[in-house]
Parts: sequence; C-alpha cells; structure tokens
Amino acid sequence: MTTAAAPVSSQSGAAVAPPAAVPMSGRVKKKLTSRFATVTAVVIAVLWTVPTAGLFISSFRPANDIRANGWWNFFTDPAVTLDNYSEVLFSTSAGSGQLAGYFLNSVVITVPTVLFALALAAFAAYAIAWIPFRGASWVFIGIFALQIVPLQMALVPLLRLFSEGVSIGETNIIPAPELIGAQRFATVWFAHVCFSLPIGIFLLHNFISELPGELMEAARMDGASHSRIFRQIVLPLIGPALASFAIFQFLWVWNDLLVALIFAGGNPQVAPLTVRLAELAGTRGEEFQRLTSGAFISIVVPVIIFLALQRYFVRGLLAGGLKG
Amino acid sequence: MNETQPKLLMLMYGIIAFFAVVGILLLVVDRAPKRGREKVQLVAFLAPALLLLAVGLLIPAIRTVILSFKGPFSDTWVGLDNYAWMFTNGDSRRILLNTAAWVVLVPTLATTVGLLYAIVIDKARGEAFAKALVFMPMAISLVGASIIWKFVYTVRPADDNQIGLANQLLVLVGLEPYRFLQDPPWNTLFLIVILIWIQAGFAMVILSAAIKAVSADVIEAARLDGVNAWQMFRNVTLPSIRPAVVVVMVTITITTLKAFDIVRTTTGGQFETGVVATALYDQAFVFGEVGKGSALAVLLFVLVLPIVVYQVGVLRSQREIR
Amino acid sequence: MTARPLNRRRRAAAGIVGLALAATACGTGGSTASEGEADADASLPAGCEDYADYAGSSGTEVSMYTSIRDIEADRYVQSFEEFEKCTGITINYEGSGEFEAQLNVKVQGGNAPDIAFIPQPGLLQRFVQAGKVMEVPEGTAENVEEFWSEAWKEYGSVDGKLYAAPMGANVKSYVWYSPSQFEEAGYEVPTTLDELMALSDEIAGSGKKPWCAGIESGDATGWPATDWVEDMMLRTAGAETYDQWVNHEIPFNDDAVVEAVDAVGAILKNEKYVNAGFGDVRSIATTSFQDAGTPILEGECFLHRQASFYANQWPEGTTVAEDGDVFAFYLPSESEDSKPVLGGGEFVAAFADRPEVQKVQTYLSSDEYANTKAEIGDWISANTGLDVANVKNPIDQLSVETLQDESAEFRFDGSDLMPAAVGAGSFWNGMTEWINGAETKQVLDGIEESWPSS
Repeated sequence: MTTAAAPVSSQSGAAVAPPAAVPMSGRVKKKLTSRFATVTAVVIAVLWTVPTAGLFISSFRPANDIRANGWWNFFTDPAVTLDNYSEVLFSTSAGSGQLAGYFLNSVVITVPTVLFALALAAFAAYAIAWIPFRGASWVFIGIFALQIVPLQMALVPLLRLFSEGVSIGETNIIPAPELIGAQRFATVWFAHVCFSLPIGIFLLHNFISELPGELMEAARMDGASHSRIFRQIVLPLIGPALASFAIFQFLWVWNDLLVALIFAGGNPQVAPLTVRLAELAGTRGEEFQRLTSGAFISIVVPVIIFLALQRYFVRGLLAGGLKG
Repeated sequence: MNETQPKLLMLMYGIIAFFAVVGILLLVVDRAPKRGREKVQLVAFLAPALLLLAVGLLIPAIRTVILSFKGPFSDTWVGLDNYAWMFTNGDSRRILLNTAAWVVLVPTLATTVGLLYAIVIDKARGEAFAKALVFMPMAISLVGASIIWKFVYTVRPADDNQIGLANQLLVLVGLEPYRFLQDPPWNTLFLIVILIWIQAGFAMVILSAAIKAVSADVIEAARLDGVNAWQMFRNVTLPSIRPAVVVVMVTITITTLKAFDIVRTTTGGQFETGVVATALYDQAFVFGEVGKGSALAVLLFVLVLPIVVYQVGVLRSQREIR
Repeated sequence: MTARPLNRRRRAAAGIVGLALAATACGTGGSTASEGEADADASLPAGCEDYADYAGSSGTEVSMYTSIRDIEADRYVQSFEEFEKCTGITINYEGSGEFEAQLNVKVQGGNAPDIAFIPQPGLLQRFVQAGKVMEVPEGTAENVEEFWSEAWKEYGSVDGKLYAAPMGANVKSYVWYSPSQFEEAGYEVPTTLDELMALSDEIAGSGKKPWCAGIESGDATGWPATDWVEDMMLRTAGAETYDQWVNHEIPFNDDAVVEAVDAVGAILKNEKYVNAGFGDVRSIATTSFQDAGTPILEGECFLHRQASFYANQWPEGTTVAEDGDVFAFYLPSESEDSKPVLGGGEFVAAFADRPEVQKVQTYLSSDEYANTKAEIGDWISANTGLDVANVKNPIDQLSVETLQDESAEFRFDGSDLMPAAVGAGSFWNGMTEWINGAETKQVLDGIEESWPSS
C-alpha cells in the first residue's frame, strides 16, 4: 500500500467546501490556488449539474407548467407540488408508477449481490496472488479477458440453467430449481454475481498482490492456514479496495437494466426501479411530470451513497487498476 | 403492503446464505487435512469464482461463437453467411460507423475533459465540492441520464415556448430550434455527449488523484530547473500519470462498447443512431435472428480484443517484474 | 430503454358480433375429457355450473404472458376471476412492455410461459417453426370453428394447422375528428378518398392545418406510419396486391407500394396539411402517438388517422360519441363501393399442453368468455358468439358495424404478418426515416433489402 493511496479528500457533497487535500505521504504539498482556476472549476461544475438540476426542479413543478414552459421559469414563477412524487410512488392507479414496491425490489436485489460478489472475488483474488500454482498468470489474464463478453449473449444460457437444471446426456444431475414469487430474486442475484466477477477479481487482485510479501511469509512460517492469513492479515488491509469494488458493484446492480429485464422481467414482485422507469419512459410519451419524479427517485439513492463514499472509491481504485 | 414481507424474508435469506457460504469455505480451508492442504485451500478459494465465471460467461461466449455460424433457429449451419450479411447490408454500415464514432470519441473526449478539469481543479478552491458535482453523473443510471438529456434536447415549434434547455439557448441567441436527436449524423454526437457527461467525472477523479500522487520531489526539482507550466505538464506530470490515463481510457472504452441503454432510451436506434449493441439485441431477441445476433456479438468481442490484448501485455510485464 | 412495442394492440376493440348466443352456449366449450383428467362437476362450487367443462384441475396454476399492462391488464385479471374461483385453476397474469423480446428470451431459455397472447401472426409463425407452440386442443379447435370466420382462423394457423385461437380485435381504418367542430364549420364527413383530400384542401384554404399525426412510440416508433401505408395499399392497390405484398410475392419496392406510400405522403408530407398543433412535417417523427390526436380537442387540428383503441387516449372527461367531443369516421376508399378494413388482434398461443392450460385456452376461445370480457368494458372480439348488447361504448359499436358490414373486406395489419425483421424492424425504421425526410424509393429499397432470405 505504499504507492498510490493518494489522499483524495472529497467530502460528501456537503455544501461547505472542506479544506483542500491533506496529503498523508508525510510531505506537505503546498496548495497553490489561483483565482482563474477557481472560477473555471466552479463554472464547469455548475454546467455539469444543470441538466440534473433541471430534472430535479421539474419534478416539483405542476404537470401543466412542465408542458407549458421551461423549468427555468420556476425562478420567476415558483409553483411547487409534491403531486408528481405521491403519484409515481403510491398511487394505486395501475398506469402511474407505484414505484415504492419497485424501490424495495431494487434493495433486495442489490444487497446480497454486492455481498456475494465481494466475498467470492476477494477469495479468488487472494488465491491467484498468494497461493502459488501453475498457470496463475493465465487464469488471471483469462478472467480479465472475460470482461468483454457481451452480456446479451450470456443471458439465454443462464436462463436455461434455471429452467432446466444441469444435465449430462439424458441424466439430470442438478434439477431445475422451482422458484416462485419472491424466490425469483435468487436468479437475479446469481446472474449479477457471475457478471461482476471479472472486474471484481481484477480490481481486488491488483490491490492484494501489492501487499508486502514478508507479512505472508512470516505467517506461513508460523504455520498459519490461508484462511487465517486471509482473515487476519489480508482482510484488514484491503478495506479501501473492498469499499471501492462494493460501490462499483452497487452502482452497477442498482442501475442495471438489461439483466433485470431478462431475469426479473416486468414482474412487479421482483422487477427493480430501472425496469419500471424504462417502462414509464416508453409508454408515457411526453408525460414529463412522471418521468422527472420517477427518474429522480431512482437517482437519489446511488447519488447519496456515492457522494458519501467517493473517497474510498478513489482510494481503492488507485491502488488497484491504476498502476500500469 | 402484504407484498413486502416475502421480499424482506428473501433479503434475509440472501444475507444468511452469504454468511453460510463464506463460513463454510473458510472452515473447509481451516480444517483441511495436512496432506494436500495447499490444494484444498486453493480449490476452496478459487473454485466458486471459476465455476460462476464458466457458467455465466465462458460457456455462453463459446456457445455464441458456435451460434454465429448457424441459421435463425440454430438448426442449420450457414458458414460465414451471417458475417457476410453483417458487412453488406445497408443498415450495418451506418451501425458500424456509429459504433466507431462512439468508441473513438467517448474515451478520448471524456479523458481529455477529465484531465483538463483535474489540472484546473488542482489549483482551485472548493475542490471537493466542485469535484463532487462533476463526479455525480457517474452514479446516475444510463436510463436516468438518458431521460435527463432527452429533456434537455426536447424541441418545440419555433413559435412555442421551448421546454428543453438546449433549444432555449439556441432561441435566446436568435437561432431556430434544432432537432438534436433527429438529424443524422449529428444526432449520434449529441448522444455521445451524454456518455461523456457521465464518464468525464470518473476520468477526472482518477486522474486528479494520480496528479496529486506525482512525487513532490520531482516537481520541486523541475521547478528549480525553471521549467514553465506547459513543460512541467508535458515532461513531468504527463509521463507520471500515463498509466492512469491508459487505464481510464480502457475502462471507458469497454463501458462504451457495452452501453446500449442510452441509444435505446433516447431514440430506440431510430434516425440512424443504431450501434452494434442495439442491433445485437434487436436481431437476437426481437427479430428472432439468433445467428445474426450472435455474429454481431462476436464482432463486439473482436472490437474490444485489441484493448484486452494490450492490457494483458501490461499485466504480464507487471507480474513478471514482481 | 423504452419500448412499448405495440401498445396499439393492447386495445382490443372491435369485433364481429354475430348472433347473440347467450351464456348457455358455453356447453360447446372444449372437452378435455380425452386427457383423462376432467371428471366431475360435483367438485365445483355452487353457481359454477357453466364451468363444468373446465373442472378437474383444481389447485393447478397457469402462467400467462402478454404485452397488455396497466388498466387493461387489470381488466383481464378481473375477467378471469370467476373462472378461477369455479375451477380452482390459478392464472398468473404478467404483462410486459418488452413482450416480444422477452417472450423470445423466455422461450429460448426454456422458461416459456404456459400461455402468451401474441398480436403478430408473423411472430406466432416463427415460434411454431421453432417447434415451441402446441397445437390447440380439440375443444379450442371446435370453438374456433364455430365462432370465428375463416380469415381469422387462417391468421392463427401455420401450414393448415391451428396453433392459436384469436381473441381480441381492433379496427385501424379510422379518422378521428370533432363532430361539433365539423358542424360549426359546415364540413361533411367524406365518403371517398377524393372527398377527403378536397376537405383537407378546404381546411388548409381556411388558413388552418387539417391533419395531426405522431409516430413516436419508444423503440416501436414508426408503427403508426406503417398502418397508414397499409391502409393506403388497400385503397390504391387493392386487397389482392396487398396480400402479395405482405407475403413478399411482389417486392417491397414494387411500383404499387411506391404509389401507396406517395399517397400517404400527399397528406403526411404536405406542409400545408401537417402537423397541426405540433409544427412541421418532421415533428410527426417525435410526437408520441398517444399525444398526436389531442390538438383536435383544442380546435387546432381536424383530422387524425388512428385505430379504434385511440378512444382510450383522450383525456378524462372527453365524450367519445357521434354527438360528443370526438368521434371517428371510416377512412374512405377511392369509391363508395369498395370498403377495405384494416385491423388487428391477439392470438392465444400455448407453450405447454397440461390439461389445465388447455382448459384455460378453451375457455378463452369460448363465446362465454368473450361476453364476460366485453361486459367489463373497452374490449371487443371477432368472436361471433359475442352478444352485441354487451358492447356499450359508441366507438366499439361503430367498430362492430364496420366489421359486420357484409361489403367490408377485412385485412390483418400487414406489418404483423411480415417477418419481424421487417414488420417490427426495417418497416418501422424506414417509415420514420421517410417522415424525417428520406425519399420514398430509397426507403423502400432499403426495406426490400432487409427482407430475410430464409
């Protein structure tokens, strides 16, 4: 961990700007600020935020206002309503969204997926890095290359696995699981975990393989098993990498549309927010009052988590993928 | 809300399953017999991941390659017909050109914007706040981002109020409203802007951290030599962060090739905005042309291959050094 | 990602209502006795005598997958309630906006639903060719024989074998207008194509644009324009040429098709005629089909060609009737003597042959079900056992009249009969490009090229 963990202090998007980065490398870098740079930075940041802000403001405007004129008119003619939100979240009319239930589905899909992906990727990364075996390099490279398999093509075989089980010839060695109702979440978890392993193993391996070898050697001399080394030495040290992969994975699963579409379908019992939102976008044409509030609901959780945890995100990534 | 309970129950099962799996794996490793212990441990750690990778990605990939040589019902061999179709039909040229535009423009522009911003922000006050704002789109789903931008690009007739920001700006400076999503080939550029908007923040944060990691000694030494800002950037900063730039570009490229949500949400691939990923989905799932869809998937695979080969080269040299 | 392919079909509206065979006729429902399962109406709860034929599968479940969602989905679920209560068969209904793609994935993945409502005979045919769809059970076949015309039966058949019974239906050859506006301005409902064009000129001459249109519909964008072309093909080229075109016996870029598309262009690409309330010609491509007719209510637009199911798109409180706020007239043909009618509908295909699935299939093809469903509202079938008294709203009644008309020549929506690569692909995209400014010939050449060779 000697290298990168460059201090990137980014606070959780709080309105109060924290003091500039404080390097932890021991040396204090003097921060030279320039007024020109500050102005440019702020202008661009604002520019970057305007599209999202427009959506946010629109979501609070009455439906007729949204249709009649642009959201910037809000500043001269402020009219605020929560109708759009109550409609998409709780209305019982079938056409209006009922996003509350889908929101819960997104949570149920995301949490176990992130946990499993983290654990399995960390185990594999550790094994590749610190349990010597022939062909370790090739296994690693192979896993990296799997990143580019288009997901679209993996969907049908996986579905078959769930509907038919595993057969060799005519004998069924693993029967197809009977999944009904909420149990169908399991298929979504499985698919997501499969698809996340290449990037997960890649990121975590880069981090784990940088750990000082002497630590492992010493522990091995003492007769420690790999399980103990993993728990007592590796795990405490790879926190940042785990955090950054967890955030990556969380965003990917929460925001995913394709996998959810195929494995959860339009079934309101298991389908996540993105599926419903995409449906609204398609069927509701220009009904921006529903789209804006719906989109904002789907955005708000990942944005909060992301902003709260972004410093870990960067730290983990830096030590990982960025050491070319 | 009687629907909530089974869901929460399922969530609980998922978490219990997680602890069970992890616990059992670690236990196996701990309790392994002395003889062949190393092997047992290796298998326990590596096998679950490899199994999932094989089932979820490797086997499907092989199957796809096989299907790409078969007909629509996968029951006849058609040789290279699907590939021939891919390069000869009229729509494909447009789709391949669009994909090329995406793959070239998104990584380069997103990285460039990110790098410039990283440099500027290094000297600015309120760094964390500004960074968070630019970084934020990264957390928004591609569907959400597409809705945001569809709203920005919305067009109304010239004599009506514009409700889209982009056209309001055009009208303000005295121009006619423009159909951003409807005029090929420029509409593809406006879609590309959406992904740049998302990915520039990612590039910025990573590169900014890389810039800060450049050794202070080196910078100090250079400064004592009296180099100007440009020389400093060209000869000191850039070489130091080159690996970070490469990784950022590779990551964004892979994301770009796979992302089809933007095109699907904004234009549905109409107005000549289709890309390989949307064509693949249409052929394989909507039109039932499994063979042609598979051939497009293989093409996607081949397009990313050079990047992976390059990256593998880097990885191998790394591992050998170690 | 959007995509509500085929919302249009969600609205089943019209049907050929023939003789009023009341509920007693359910006795013709299929006998599944050959399966050796059904025995004993004794097990049926009281008041369920009508469901005797479907008894014997209590406690089983049947999954149903469709493109129909929201309020209309609720109506379907409602229409099964009594059947479920009486037979003990549970129907698990699922509607999806990604129906076509999802059904493909489910079937390929070995996860096919028991029953799917397929609105495209072309798609049905593909699943049949892939060997996935079951032939209909005897009871269903008997129902179809009894209650549907030969043409409808043909659409559900492949190579002479019946694979799916028809269910809902709708009529597409309509022009929506405002009766009060017409009266005020002294306009007459036209009865020939020439009169229609003359009326358009008259309105355009008064300084207003006569037509409004919109073809945006997520990733199914373009379908309303293909309906236009199909309607015009029937009028300018005739039903026989239409059939040849749909079956690809004449090329897609044949002169007859060019003529039809240009006839559509005389309206949709005429800056004097469109796009009332929205802008110029190209705004048609980005106006959602749901919104496209609404300027009629504000007096900004006079004519909007869209199917009977558009009745559901008017804002709440709009009266849809001949003396109401809006209504529709038949899109006239070249002379009053010929009356081609374009329409669509759904077909019930089964991917499993368990007895309970066959019972549901047979029930859906019965006249009893048609009446139950029609009574719930906004739905019509071409089932001749449907009692006209159960059809209450005026536009559905008009649809019934249109379809019942002896002189009318019914044709199914051509894009639904073509291979999906054309009918749900290049035809939609091509017409969108055409609206967006491309030349007729060039667009049709492109579609011709995309017709799958196999």
